[in-house]
Amino acid sequence: MANQIRLKKGYDIKLVGEATKEIVSTEAPKTYAIQPHEIRGLVPKLHVEVGDEVKCGSPLYFSKTQPDVFFTSPVSGEVVEIIRGEKRRILEVRILADGKISYENFGAAEPASLGRDGVKEKMLKSGLWALLRQRPYNRVAETNVVPKNIFISGFDSAPLAPDLNFALKGKESYLQKGIDALATLTDGEVFLGLSSKADNSTFASLKNVTMNAFNGPHPAGNVGIQIHHISPINKGDMVWTMNIQDVAILGKLFTEGIYDPERVVAITGSEIENPIYTKMRVGACLNTLSSKVKAGNVRIISGNVLFGSKVDINSYLGFFDQQITAIPEGDEPEFMGWLVPSDARPSISKTFLSYLTPNKKYRVDTGMHGENRAFVVTNEYEQVLPMDIYPVQLLKAILAGDLEAMEALGIFEVVEEDLSLCEFVCTSKQPVQQILSDGLTLIEKEG
Amino acid sequence: MKFLLNTINKLRPNFEKGGKLSFLHSTFDAFETFLFVPGHTTHGKVHVRDGIDLKRTMIMVVVAMLPVLLFGMWNVGYQHYLSLGEVSSLMDNFLFGLIQVLPIIVVSYGVGLGIEFAFCQIKGHSVNEGFLVTGMLIPLCLPPTTPLWMVALGTAFAVIIGKEVFGGSGMNLLNPALTARVFLFFAYPAYMSGEFLSSGSAIWFSGDRALMVDGFSGATTLSVMASGGTPEYSMMDMFLGFEKGSIGETSVLACLIGAAILIISGIGSWKIMASVFAGGFIMGTIFNWVGGTPFLDMAPVQHLLIGGFAFGAVYMATDPVSASQTEKGKIVYGLLIGVLTVLIRVSNPAYPEGMMMAILLMNVFAPLIDYFIVESNKKRRLKRATV
Repeated sequence: MANQIRLKKGYDIKLVGEATKEIVSTEAPKTYAIQPHEIRGLVPKLHVEVGDEVKCGSPLYFSKTQPDVFFTSPVSGEVVEIIRGEKRRILEVRILADGKISYENFGAAEPASLGRDGVKEKMLKSGLWALLRQRPYNRVAETNVVPKNIFISGFDSAPLAPDLNFALKGKESYLQKGIDALATLTDGEVFLGLSSKADNSTFASLKNVTMNAFNGPHPAGNVGIQIHHISPINKGDMVWTMNIQDVAILGKLFTEGIYDPERVVAITGSEIENPIYTKMRVGACLNTLSSKVKAGNVRIISGNVLFGSKVDINSYLGFFDQQITAIPEGDEPEFMGWLVPSDARPSISKTFLSYLTPNKKYRVDTGMHGENRAFVVTNEYEQVLPMDIYPVQLLKAILAGDLEAMEALGIFEVVEEDLSLCEFVCTSKQPVQQILSDGLTLIEKEG
Repeated sequence: MKFLLNTINKLRPNFEKGGKLSFLHSTFDAFETFLFVPGHTTHGKVHVRDGIDLKRTMIMVVVAMLPVLLFGMWNVGYQHYLSLGEVSSLMDNFLFGLIQVLPIIVVSYGVGLGIEFAFCQIKGHSVNEGFLVTGMLIPLCLPPTTPLWMVALGTAFAVIIGKEVFGGSGMNLLNPALTARVFLFFAYPAYMSGEFLSSGSAIWFSGDRALMVDGFSGATTLSVMASGGTPEYSMMDMFLGFEKGSIGETSVLACLIGAAILIISGIGSWKIMASVFAGGFIMGTIFNWVGGTPFLDMAPVQHLLIGGFAFGAVYMATDPVSASQTEKGKIVYGLLIGVLTVLIRVSNPAYPEGMMMAILLMNVFAPLIDYFIVESNKKRRLKRATV
């Protein structure tokens, strides 16, 4: 079948708390919120006021720099609160759900007969365009650009990540329609990356898409790694990516004419009682899950442990997230912890006995296990980044603010999540993602 | 443990900004984090971290040095009693060596850490763990008779000029321990090479010429070879380390045990170690083809056994900060160290120990090697864009 690509580098952090494969329905949350700050560089302009009635798919705000990109409501109900931060920056637009979901009707249509402009217009109006991201920089796709290719990853290799083949079972026709819609947007190809180890039955019969199978540990499932091995991003190239669950949401838009942003979300982690899958809408309040979270000092993450946002139980499912993880906080000082750690913990170094039990699953906490130091150890990041990139040299170029070197070393090919394992393994405890994020911001502004 | 933690928490305000002892903040921090890994938690989007930190990394290197340290102590005693023609037990040898070596280690750590703490204090940094390794490497690469004031001077030079002027651990160009060794070698050549001081006391072992048995030479194999002689030891003795030399350098076997610890734990680069040995072997073979003098004709394997070759390859060349930082670069770096070591030994008898010269020279060139490797990556990317 698909072209096989073998990746040797990377690391699977084995954690306890994997979700059992059943979709359990949970109580529907009362409030929802869409959070503009989740998207790099987005400046929102409000389209609603407190007290407005909205339907699912009604616009809430749009992008100041791309005024035709709307962010729409994931449910029907009333806008109850607009939370602002410093300098009146909008942090959240909160909606109180009315309990029965009524949809804006955007009209069903066949993507191929609509053509590029028709598809684009429908996506912009319904809010689906906002789920389409552009590389470099991982920001909302520009509307006046025709991307070189569009990439979708068909599996998530992050720790405890949901099985997307399982999550999308029964949505094959939506997926196909979504792919057909994306195909109209590019002159190149739509690529789907699959795992060569997993069951791909849901995706097997998809057409109009080029499949590649990846074999290797995390981050093989990251779309950025897949792009690097299929058709790397060169200077001036623009490619787009979309999460595969959102492709199904896109397909539903063209099949039924509605924006129905519901994902199958894995509720995972050692601090979750009976981890399961459940259906959640984008922006859903997490407090309906509170009974599943174990007592104690727990960190709740919207996303996975390598790329997620720290949230509290009254916060909301992230705009792009398909996983909730709960792990213990690790804020207890550890006596001589550098010498004899009190508990086993995962490490790519072989200085722990855990090296002898590679399949053991850990209850990992959020401890740093050390302090920030200058770069000392070499060949550490390189072991977990399956790309032809020198990560330390790239980070040093960023720290030095050397735009030319950043570009030459491949900053356009990476986004924060691709380097998350580098941050995990770092002996010197460097904030790798933050450095990269600063570098991307700098080169986007100056470059 | 609770009691200790409470004590630390009680003391901490004194050392924080505005406290009476705030000028000692870095020192307090160093001791506190030594006792307790702080309960800092992750912030940002990566929520879990690998268990390893720099303290653990460095302590693994110290563990890997224990075989050479223990053997070195024993050998100091063994060589001493041998020169006197006396029969001694394993314990006698070891105790004699311990008494000789321990003060050197204490002085090295004391002076080095003192300076390091002072610098961190002034700059407001936290103390880096790198000196844990340097402080042990310095004694191991010195002759056992080195006067303590000299150890102190060399260590101070290494920490200040070798490291702190560049910005501390992680920023230095040269291996600090070798900087100390080379400083002492050029500043006090009489104490670092040759056989005896003018006073008649031997350099490579503790002893006095007047008391020695007849025919006992005070020279190391390297200096014998450099002056055109033939080695007095068998290959096996050289491999096991029953010869004169700096405290930690004589036993190739002990170095290999250390190498195994470093390689299995993944902390030392096997690529550097293997390529240093390969480079030395290749150059030794080339010299064999030329031939003519005993040194040129020496078996290539013998080059790897004598002097500080193995010690340098395992512990000195692998310092990640001063070595090449790219994986391909490490092989070039290692090969050149091996080649240069043998080249310097054979062709420049004024410096019998080529290893330290070769490593320091390649420390200087390592950034250049990396530059070419990284440039080729940039070119690859550029080429891809135009295709």
